[in-house]
Amino acid sequence: ELCPTIKNILLLDSEGKRIAVKYYSDDWPTNAAKEAFEKAVFTKTQKTNARTEAEITMFDNYIVVYKFVQDLHFFVTGGENENEIILATVLQGFFDAVGLLLRGTEDKKEALENLDLILLCLDEIVDGGIILETDANVIAGKVDSHSMDAGAPLSEQTITQALATAREHLTRSLLK
Amino acid sequence: MGLRRMVYVIIKELSPSADEVIIVTSSLMKDMTSKTDMYRANAIRVLCRITDGTLLTQIERYLKQAIVDKNPVVASAALVSGIHLLQTNPEIVKRWSNEVQEAVQSRAALVQFHALALLHQIRQNDRLAVNKLVSSLTRGSVRSPLAQCLLIRYTSQVIRESTNDTQTGDRPFYDFLEGCLRHKAEMVIFEAARAITELNGVTSRELTPAITVLQLFLSSSKPVLRFAAVRTLNKVAMSHPTAVTNCNIDMESLISDQNRSIATLAITTLLKTGNESSVDRLMKQITNFMSDIADEFKIVVVDAIRSLCLKFPLKHRSLMNFLSNILREEGGFEYKKAIVDSIVILIRDIPEAKESGLLHLCEFIEDCEFTYLSTQILHFLGIEGPKTSDPSKYIRYIYNRVHLENATVRAGAVSTLAKFGAMVDGLKPRIFVLLRRCLFDNDDEVRDRATLYLNTLGGDGAVVETDEGVKEFLFGSLDVPLVNLENSLKNYDPSEKAFDINSVPKDVKIQPLAEKKATSKKPTGLGAPPPGPPSTVDAYEKLLSSIPEFASFGKLFKSSAPVELTEAETEYAVNVVKHIFDGHVVFQYNCSNTIPEQLLENVTVIVDASEAEEFAEVYSKPLRQLPYDSPGQTFVAFEKPEGVSAVGKFSNMLRFIVKEVDPSTGEVEDDGVEDEYQLEDLELVAADYMLKVGVSNFRNAWESMGVDFEHVDEYGLGPRDSLAEAVNAVINLLGMQPCEGTEVVPPNSRSHTCLLSGVYIGNVKVLVRLQFGLDGPKDVAMKLAVRSEDETVSDAIHEIVASG
Repeated sequence: ELCPTIKNILLLDSEGKRIAVKYYSDDWPTNAAKEAFEKAVFTKTQKTNARTEAEITMFDNYIVVYKFVQDLHFFVTGGENENEIILATVLQGFFDAVGLLLRGTEDKKEALENLDLILLCLDEIVDGGIILETDANVIAGKVDSHSMDAGAPLSEQTITQALATAREHLTRSLLK
Repeated sequence: MGLRRMVYVIIKELSPSADEVIIVTSSLMKDMTSKTDMYRANAIRVLCRITDGTLLTQIERYLKQAIVDKNPVVASAALVSGIHLLQTNPEIVKRWSNEVQEAVQSRAALVQFHALALLHQIRQNDRLAVNKLVSSLTRGSVRSPLAQCLLIRYTSQVIRESTNDTQTGDRPFYDFLEGCLRHKAEMVIFEAARAITELNGVTSRELTPAITVLQLFLSSSKPVLRFAAVRTLNKVAMSHPTAVTNCNIDMESLISDQNRSIATLAITTLLKTGNESSVDRLMKQITNFMSDIADEFKIVVVDAIRSLCLKFPLKHRSLMNFLSNILREEGGFEYKKAIVDSIVILIRDIPEAKESGLLHLCEFIEDCEFTYLSTQILHFLGIEGPKTSDPSKYIRYIYNRVHLENATVRAGAVSTLAKFGAMVDGLKPRIFVLLRRCLFDNDDEVRDRATLYLNTLGGDGAVVETDEGVKEFLFGSLDVPLVNLENSLKNYDPSEKAFDINSVPKDVKIQPLAEKKATSKKPTGLGAPPPGPPSTVDAYEKLLSSIPEFASFGKLFKSSAPVELTEAETEYAVNVVKHIFDGHVVFQYNCSNTIPEQLLENVTVIVDASEAEEFAEVYSKPLRQLPYDSPGQTFVAFEKPEGVSAVGKFSNMLRFIVKEVDPSTGEVEDDGVEDEYQLEDLELVAADYMLKVGVSNFRNAWESMGVDFEHVDEYGLGPRDSLAEAVNAVINLLGMQPCEGTEVVPPNSRSHTCLLSGVYIGNVKVLVRLQFGLDGPKDVAMKLAVRSEDETVSDAIHEIVASG
């Protein structure tokens, strides 16, 4: 198909371990395959300096654009015939949106504490491989609008607590 | 609430089926009509992920409304979901065409993008609809760079499919693409530039603006832009190296780019576009560069250097030195193997490079850590060394291996020594001495081989001519495929009867010539060419050369496309591929048996060549068995006068023994009946001797061909249906490749010039310029100008037209 497609978006830490990842393609069917890919892409880009400008590399017939800040490593992967600049635009959108959501403190600790925001953010950028939005302000806006609700803003709760609350919600509505 | 959103995300992640979440769906459906836009949008996305056909029809109404919703987030959500749903429920999504069409006109940038993507997917099988869509949007306003990129891709698709129709002379929509090169957004500029470089049969004139823009990207501060540009230019350099030479200066500065992928691409591009004088300078730059990059990049560079050397054979000395130097440095097995393979190819294809190349290889094996490479080189030395002017100088290197290496290499060295002894009579005495010393080796294989060769070479080391049989033994190849031999040996039961090599089936199972899917995982590396048309030529060559009787025919010039010799739906389906060699033609009949109750044996084709006097049948290879649903091949070879493009008509009859088969048990009757089956005639025409090879710049090629063997003449083609029909008829008659889109005749024109190029048998390049004119209402007149490297060929072309 001719529509620009994203294969995966990864957010890894400075040792290559996962913080938040989302795959949109069947090229990596098992978890083992995914982790192998993450390890490979991390090792390949480890020594490069991708802090001022987004960098780009190609391996295994995939194009990977990436950017680093502090101990966060952002990656976006596309097929070998994809328009590299479109991939870079998606990367920039993700990168800047996370920056906005973490309110300037862009490091691993802050990211883990706001994992839910980052997951929502990923959800608002790409849907099933198709690009939904590339403007960081719009993305962050869509994510933020959910946490500005009654009750403790989500950024104060950890993901497990959020899930617990969600489960409670669901059961309550089932019993209605 | 953010919690609700998280639940949505989790539901999507778990992707339960619709019946599992029936409880949740009602809640989601409520959300779909909620006042809060974000809920609507996301509920839609979740529902569409978990829905099935029935649920989908229930919510269809809401989805159609959502597509044209004021809120762009909602609209996009519905459209994107539609794109996904098109895979599973296409009939339902197609009903939304009108709403999607409306959404394409939306002022919201991304809504237009999503709507365009969905609309194109809905309409993609209707070429006319896609054409209309593209036409209207290229004139209208496109509001986001992403939508513009999509439009460029669709436009390219339309251009690709329209060259088959007779449209306007200038490529349609080219102006649109060229205009996009001046767009604000870099992604659009790049997409347009790339699209132009990928146009079918693109001319230098069309390429220029695209390359200018890519050249600017080369000096951008953003690695992504530099990479995208250099990768595209690298691909262009493969087909239009001259178009890229303007960028050479920028490329050279990229050799030192921080990003090693960019640097490697730059180097390989320079290697493709470089001319002979720049080779030395390039080599110097590359030597410094090689130590910086990883093995996988080095292999790419090595391949590019090999291609460069084949292009400029006079430079073999410096390029071969370079390869030999890097061979001696540190490196992994794959890397060194690539270098050795390249040196071997250069030795084979450039005769002047043979001596130095062989010496380089000898020096390498003195210090090689990889047994595989040493044995491969020794084997190669055994074949090529004896043919050189002074084979003795290699003996020392080979014999040293016998002393110093492991058993495998020693055994290989012994075989090589034997080959030298067999081919070079003068060396026989020395070889005998050396082989006798090998009889005391530690390893059995080495001793066995030494004994074997001493005996087969025979005599007592006198300088005598080696027996032909011995040479055949040493150098000949096995008559049977190794796989079959292995299987037969496994099945052989040791008994009184000795193993009979003649019982090994000689038939090779032909692999279906399927095109490699673009999603295959085989790494192609950075500088590899994009997957071209399926390499049927290679497959045919392999097939034909595996049949010993055809091995002496030489290089395969051309294989035609399969021609059906039976109608559809017949009991036996046969098509034929015509293989053209210099002095022979081979007809490969591909046969299929569609009757489950029959097994055909000893299938041959009886060919009546009475209407093809210049041909004499030399060999017919029968197909031993043709069971149901398992296609097979039978071959008939004819000799023809060399260098002459003889034509003729051949009538064919399929002859076989048919045996009844019980389809349920698969048992075959013992007795068979001889039968025959008439096939259609096949014709060998002049166009069969012509290879379609295009040229990118016809005028340059025409000028450089020169007028020495030019032949010009005029013909009246008589009344024709249309000018276009006449043009097509001549193109098909000659079988040559139309250049620069000149096969397309503008409607309502009274005259047309068509440019053709090709390669004729004997490897003669031919260029043809046809000028057509309408003479009166229906009569077509034609002026044919032929330029080629051989006078007889130019005349032959005219012959073809005169008699066609």
